[in-house]
Amino acid sequence: MKHNDPKLLLQSAPLLRQELTTPGAMKEVWLALLPTTLASLWFFGLSALLLIVVSIAGAVLTEWLFTDKDKRRMAIGDSSAGLTGLLLALTLPPGLPLWMAFLGAVVSIGLGKVIWGGLGANIFNPALLGRAFLLGTFPIAMTTWGSPSGLGDFFHLQSSNLAWPFMHGQIDALSAATPLGLMKFQQQTTAISSLFIGNTAGSLGETSAFLLLLGGMYLLIRRSIDWRIPTAIFLTAAIFSLAMFINDADKYPSPIVTLFSGGLLLGAFFMATDPVTSPLTPKGCWIFGIGVGFLVVLIRLFGGLPEGMLYAVLLMNAATPLIDRYTQPRIFGRK
Amino acid sequence: MSQSKNYEQEPSSNRLVASMAIAGFISGVIIIAIYLATFNTIKDNKARELRQAVFKVLPNVSYMQKLYFENNTLVIAKSDGMDDDMIFAGYDKQGKFIGYAIQGKGAGFQDTIHLLFGYLPEKQLMTGMAILESRETPGLGDKIFKDMHFVGEFVNHLMKQAIKAVKKGTKSHDYEIDAITGATISSKAVVRLMNAAFNRWSPKLSPLGQEPVFQMSKQTQGSLDSSQIQPESPNIQIGK
Amino acid sequence: MATDASAYEEMLKGLWRENPTFVQVLGMCPMLAVTNSATNALVMGLATLFVLVGSSLLVSSFKRWIPKQVRISLYIIIIATFVTVVDYSLLALVPAIHKELGAFIPLIVANCMILGRQEAFASKHSIKYAVMDAIGMSLGFLIALLALGSVREILGSGSLFNVDLFGANFEPWVIMILPPGGFLTLGLLLLFFNWFTERRKQFLLKVAQADQSVAIVGVKDNG
Repeated sequence: MKHNDPKLLLQSAPLLRQELTTPGAMKEVWLALLPTTLASLWFFGLSALLLIVVSIAGAVLTEWLFTDKDKRRMAIGDSSAGLTGLLLALTLPPGLPLWMAFLGAVVSIGLGKVIWGGLGANIFNPALLGRAFLLGTFPIAMTTWGSPSGLGDFFHLQSSNLAWPFMHGQIDALSAATPLGLMKFQQQTTAISSLFIGNTAGSLGETSAFLLLLGGMYLLIRRSIDWRIPTAIFLTAAIFSLAMFINDADKYPSPIVTLFSGGLLLGAFFMATDPVTSPLTPKGCWIFGIGVGFLVVLIRLFGGLPEGMLYAVLLMNAATPLIDRYTQPRIFGRK
Repeated sequence: MSQSKNYEQEPSSNRLVASMAIAGFISGVIIIAIYLATFNTIKDNKARELRQAVFKVLPNVSYMQKLYFENNTLVIAKSDGMDDDMIFAGYDKQGKFIGYAIQGKGAGFQDTIHLLFGYLPEKQLMTGMAILESRETPGLGDKIFKDMHFVGEFVNHLMKQAIKAVKKGTKSHDYEIDAITGATISSKAVVRLMNAAFNRWSPKLSPLGQEPVFQMSKQTQGSLDSSQIQPESPNIQIGK
Repeated sequence: MATDASAYEEMLKGLWRENPTFVQVLGMCPMLAVTNSATNALVMGLATLFVLVGSSLLVSSFKRWIPKQVRISLYIIIIATFVTVVDYSLLALVPAIHKELGAFIPLIVANCMILGRQEAFASKHSIKYAVMDAIGMSLGFLIALLALGSVREILGSGSLFNVDLFGANFEPWVIMILPPGGFLTLGLLLLFFNWFTERRKQFLLKVAQADQSVAIVGVKDNG
C-alpha cells in the first residue's frame, strides 16, 4: 500500500516499521553465499555448476507444483525455495549424480517445507532434511569425495555426475578423503592453511573457511542473522574440542581444525540461523547454539560418522519448540 | 431375550474360571500338537544350516567331530545338539585330521553376529568364513555375507597376527583386509569377533601332532554317532 | 438372495471403504517393520489372513459361551493359538523367510486390527458374516502390505519378488529398506489415499448436483 503524497495517513499500530521483508532477507543470504558459490565453481568446475543449477531447479519446481495457484507468484517470488536448493547443493559432494541432487531438492521442499504448510511452518531446516534423506538413501555416493582437481579448469566434469536416473555413477579414480575423514579414520591432520583457503576434498560449499567467514561476517554486520547462535556454536565447539585435544593431541583435532573443517562454518552461519527453525528468544538462541556446538563435536569425535553438523542442527531443530516454550520471557508481575 | 437376561446376571467366578481353563487347555493341546508336528523339520533345518556352514568354511573335509574344551583338553561332545561353546574338528575320508571350524559370537552394528571360520593349525591358515546369524542393516551391513570380495578376504588368510580391517584400497600388510565401503562398522565387528574367537581358542587347540582322533562309533562300524556330522551327500565335494 | 449380497458387502468394505491400514490406520507395527520386500509383505499378509479368519470363525461360533467379563482374555487365547500354529509352520516350511520376519510373527497377537475385529464384529455377527468380514479386512491389510512392500523393494533393492528389474547398475535407495523408508512410504501412501478419496467425494458431489439440476430442469420443462 503505497500512498503518493498522503494528505492524511491513517494507520493502526504498529507505527514503527522495519524495512525487513522475506524477499529482502533472502537476498541478503544469497549475497552472503555468493563468494562460497563462486569458489565452488573454481574448485570443482562444471560439476559444481550443474549440481547447483539442478538442485535449485528441483527446489523451485517442487515449490511451484505443490503450492496453491493463487500463492505461486509469492511463494516463488520470495526466492526462498531457490535458496534452499542452493544451500542443499553446497552440502553435496561434487561427484554426486545429478539425478540424486534433483531428488534431494524435491525432498527438501516437498517433505521439508510444503508438507508442513510452506514457508515459516516447517520444523526442520529443509536443505538439511534433503541432505539427511540423501545421506540415508545413497550413503556411498554421498560420502565419495572427488579431490578438487578442477582448480580453475572450469570445464572439468566428474563422470559420475552424468549417471542415468536410478543408476549409480562411475566412480572417478581420483577419490579422496575429507579432512575430517582423514582425521577420524587415519589420524592425519590437514594443514590449517589449506582448510582456510579451501583446496581440500569436501562438499561444494564447505571447503573454504575464509569465504564462509566472509559471508557470515556480512550477514552479522547487516544483522540478518542472530549473532548469538554462531557465537555459541563456535565457543562450545572450540572449548569442547580443546579439552579433548589437550587430553590426546594425536587422536583428536585441534579447536581450529574443528572450526574450519567440514560443514561447521556453513551450518553455523547459514543453516542453524534459519529464523524459522531456530528459537525466538535470546536465551533460547544461546541454548540452541550450545546444543549444536556440543553435538557436532560429540558426533565427530565419538560417533560413527566423521561429520556431525547435519544431525546436530536437525536435532536442535527438533528441540526448538521446547526451548522456545521454556525461555519465554516472564510477563511482568506474574510469578 | 434369554441372552439379555444372561448379561444381567453376574456369571459366577467358577464359570469364568472354567471357561478360561477350557480355552487354555484346548489351546495348549493345539500348541503341543503343532510343536510336535514341526519339531523334526525345524531341528533338521537348523542342523542343516550349521552343517552347510561348517563344511563351507573348511574345504576338503568329509566328517566333523563336535568337541568341547574341558579339563584343559578337547573332549568329544556327548550332546545331540549344537551350542556356542562347541568347536568342530574336520577330517578327510581316511579319518585324518585337517582343521577346526571355530565359532565367534558378539555385538555387531545392530544385533549379535554369529559367525564361523575354518582354521588349519598346521599352516596357521584361515580357510573361510560364514555368517550364521546377523541382523545387520539390509543393503549395507548385510554385505558381510553378501559381498563376495569381503567373504573372499578370509579364504587362505594367514593368521600370524590379529586381522585388521582397513578402508578398501589402502591394504598394505598381509594381516589387513579390505573393509566394506559404507559398512565399516559391520566389517570391523566381524574382524573383532574373529580375533576374539581366535584368541580364545588358539591356546586351547591341541598341539601339533596330537590332533583329536576321529572315532567311528563302535556299535556299528562305519556309522556316525550323534556327536559327529557329515555333509548331506558325502560324494559331492564341498568347499569349492 | 439378499443375504448373500450383504455378506459380500461385508467383505468388500475391508478392501477400500474401511481399509484397516489406509482408513483405520490399525496394525502399524507389522506394516512398518516387515514391508522391506514384497515377499515378506506377502507372507505376513497371508499369516494375518489365516489368524484373522480362524479367530473370527471361532469367536463367532462360540460367542454364546464366552462370558463378557473374560472375553478379551479368551480372544487373546484364541488368537495366540493361531499365531503359534503359523509361527511353527513358517519355521518348518520357509525358515529363510521366518528368519527375516523374526519377532513380528509372534507379534501378530498384538495386532490391534485382529483383536478389534473380534470385539467389534465377530462377537456380534453370525459365522458367515464374521468370516466374510475377516476375509475382507485381511485382504485389505494384505493389499496395503503389498503396496508398501512393492514400493520399498523396487526402490530399495531394484527388484520385485526378488526378480531384478533394473540391471546391475541400479543404485539402491538404502533408506527404503530401513525403518525410515517404511514411515516415508506409508505417509506418502496415506497422503495419496486421502487425496484420492477426497477427489472422488467431490466428483460424486458434482455428479449428484448435476443430476439434481437436470431433474429440476426436467420438472420445469414438464410444467
